[in-house]
Amino acid sequence: MGHRLRFTARKLARMVLLLLGVSLTAFLLMNASPLDPLQTNVGQAALGAMSPEQIARLEEYWGVNTPAAERYLRWLGDALRGDFGISLLYRQPVLEVIGQRLSNSLWLMASAWVLSGALGLALGVLAGTRRGRWPDRLVRGYCLVISSTPSFWLALLLLMVFSVWLGILPIGLAVPIGAEHAGVTLLQRLRHAILPALTLSVTGVANIALHTREKTADVMERDYILFARARGETAIVRRHVLRNVALPALTLQFASIGEIAGGSVLVEQVFSYPGLGQAAVSAGLGSDMPLLLGITVVTAAMVFGGNLAADLLYGVIDPRIRRGAAGT
Amino acid sequence: MEPILNVAHLSVTFSRYGRGFSRTKLSAIEDLSLTVDPGQVAAVVGSSGSGKSLLAHAIFHILPPNSRVEGTLLYDGAPLTAHRAAEPRGRELVLIPQGVTYLDPMMKVGPQVCRGRRDPAVRARCREVLKRYGLGPDVEDLYPFQLSGGMARRVLIACAVMERPRLIVADEPTPGLDARTAQRVVGHFRELADRGAGVLLITHDLPLALSVADKIVVMHAGQTVDEISADQLQSGYGPSHPYTRALWRAMPQNGFAPPSGDLEEWLT
Amino acid sequence: MKNRRGRALFLLLIAIGLLCAVTVAGGLLAGSAEFADFSRKNLPPCLAFPFGTDRMGRDMLARALAGLSLSIRIGAFTAVISGAVALLLGTASALLGGPVDAAISWVIDLVMGVPHILLIILISIACGKGTFGVVAGVALTHWPSLARLLRGEVLQLKQAPYIQMARRLGASWGRVLWGHFLPHLLPQFLTGMILQFPHAILHEASVTFLGFGLPPDQPAIGVILEESMAYLSTGRWWLALFPGLSLALTVALFALLGERLRLLLSPVRSQE
Repeated sequence: MGHRLRFTARKLARMVLLLLGVSLTAFLLMNASPLDPLQTNVGQAALGAMSPEQIARLEEYWGVNTPAAERYLRWLGDALRGDFGISLLYRQPVLEVIGQRLSNSLWLMASAWVLSGALGLALGVLAGTRRGRWPDRLVRGYCLVISSTPSFWLALLLLMVFSVWLGILPIGLAVPIGAEHAGVTLLQRLRHAILPALTLSVTGVANIALHTREKTADVMERDYILFARARGETAIVRRHVLRNVALPALTLQFASIGEIAGGSVLVEQVFSYPGLGQAAVSAGLGSDMPLLLGITVVTAAMVFGGNLAADLLYGVIDPRIRRGAAGT
Repeated sequence: MEPILNVAHLSVTFSRYGRGFSRTKLSAIEDLSLTVDPGQVAAVVGSSGSGKSLLAHAIFHILPPNSRVEGTLLYDGAPLTAHRAAEPRGRELVLIPQGVTYLDPMMKVGPQVCRGRRDPAVRARCREVLKRYGLGPDVEDLYPFQLSGGMARRVLIACAVMERPRLIVADEPTPGLDARTAQRVVGHFRELADRGAGVLLITHDLPLALSVADKIVVMHAGQTVDEISADQLQSGYGPSHPYTRALWRAMPQNGFAPPSGDLEEWLT
Repeated sequence: MKNRRGRALFLLLIAIGLLCAVTVAGGLLAGSAEFADFSRKNLPPCLAFPFGTDRMGRDMLARALAGLSLSIRIGAFTAVISGAVALLLGTASALLGGPVDAAISWVIDLVMGVPHILLIILISIACGKGTFGVVAGVALTHWPSLARLLRGEVLQLKQAPYIQMARRLGASWGRVLWGHFLPHLLPQFLTGMILQFPHAILHEASVTFLGFGLPPDQPAIGVILEESMAYLSTGRWWLALFPGLSLALTVALFALLGERLRLLLSPVRSQE
């Protein structure tokens, strides 16, 4: 057990270190930018509507009068206490904006994550067990088409077909325009999330299916599959292939979090879905550095968290690690 | 007595790409004939690369798709087509493969021996079979990576005798085992043959084959070069073919003699 | 049965020819892509203008080709740069080992931890957006996977008994690098780099679409599609359909090219 705990602790420490690295990199990149947020926003509504204290704090953060190292350390100190600063665009604490946006995006990303994972696994195993035959060709063709298609263009097409021509689904936004937040029904929410979630899932499937196919094809060539066939086993895919593909599939599934988060940036922009991705674009375009920094750190935390979860689950599922740790 | 397995003029070829765009046919087994009777241990002996394992794979119809099989394979007197092999495979017709890589690394030994069936009768049988080969009930709960080489072979044999096999094909079941363990493993094949099954033992180890086999089939470069009874070979009179003679002379108890002139003559 | 290897090579040559033709044609058409004629604005696809025209009467076919040409050139440039970075860092990591290896692996994890699109946006902002921003962004985000692959390869080669043997037998490092490392790494590197093309092109278009990339006066696919958004609900479907489709086709060609090349160069898979 001590072994497992040490492993977890080491992974956690690495994750924290990586997060620090991400925040520092993002900070330095923004710091290097010739687009000065205060300059860009001077005279704009965002800055005009701020209280003098807020502007003063902003200048502390982004002003040229303090060295970058000191500014980063101050940001870090605040961030560790749960204060990511004030968003220039939304005039709210960054963490509040992120929380609100993330709750919108989470619907989208979770459904796309589950759907693309399940579908990708099924298609990948189907193609891998029938390598070179028509199911394999079909799946590979689908993956090629989808991974070559810009996801935002696919979103545009779906929008054109379902919202403009057929008129059966709304054009965008998480809720109907003008509706009170509290008065929105679950059904309305769902209707607005269908197209973005569909786009994200359809694009996410390709990568998972292709990688699962490789792993499956690899497993199919192992000696134990040969032996199972020689023993006249009938449920080889269920009994042996799935069992051996499960671990790599798990890693893939958790690694796809980053891709789905990246895809949501584009898809949310097309559907004007008020999620985290759209906020990132707005923050970038409006030089809202505190918000962009916050979103970057939170997204990276999700990605690293996914990797950590995969590592830990591996230790629980893989008998070689599990029994190895028990000392047998 | 009707042989349980009759292989006549079997050939296995592979097609593959050579350099550039040429496609070549690679012949792995050229002209192989042998028979196995019930109650008999027939050993196929040959150096590596002589196509021995492919013989086993051909019998079970598990050759890769770019291969071609010609000639006749009779099981119990009737042609062993892919369709007909499906029925006895794993029941009457069993394969004992080389080693631990033929066990699913993610599945415990018990379910693998039982082929996934869970009814109490099968599990009791599994326990009994494992016990026969000196493996306790705790082995059922181990994963393949926890088995030693000798244990893995015994588990594979247990897999084979779960039901009542009539023909057992053992494909190089001893590499990596020390002499005593190897001897014990092939001893199990003798037992199985004494109970009435036909055993086809594929190996490169002539002394080991001689210790249990009734009949030795010598293979070289994909062809049967000699078929001789173990007694004849043992006595030293029998080997008529230069290649067999060379193999026999190279055995430790016969003084590791290097091949003599007649082998070179035959080879060229 | 027809010879598959010959067919694969034939397809490869066609794909390369097609991509070259698009690149050259797009470059030549840059002038007519900008040419506005309000007497022929908002035309749906017809014989004279197969892709239709936009609100300023510009020929969408010329604009799409010019955009593709731009995409391919940027894709090639960024793929070569990120390939070079990957080669440098991947082999350095494997050969030098120790703290260098640890540091480079850490940076690889770091870059992979932020979704590409977000990182490109950040880098683009750091460079003041525009063409330079997006080129730097794409070039600096795509190297980690290839670097990791090359690192693994080199590590494996370094341990390989035949390399150790060659060294013991007195072969110089130069001889070993040339005779053993290069034949192994070159196919991996080349296919890895070509397989970066599609990603690079797609990311450039995406980032431009979001407004962090090529400036709006360029006929880039991302710009064209961003403009088309405004006319979706008015039914001018051709503005979005054809440029996007031609981009998808171009990317698919690159992906196929890389995939075929990988199969041809891999000793195991080339038998299929």
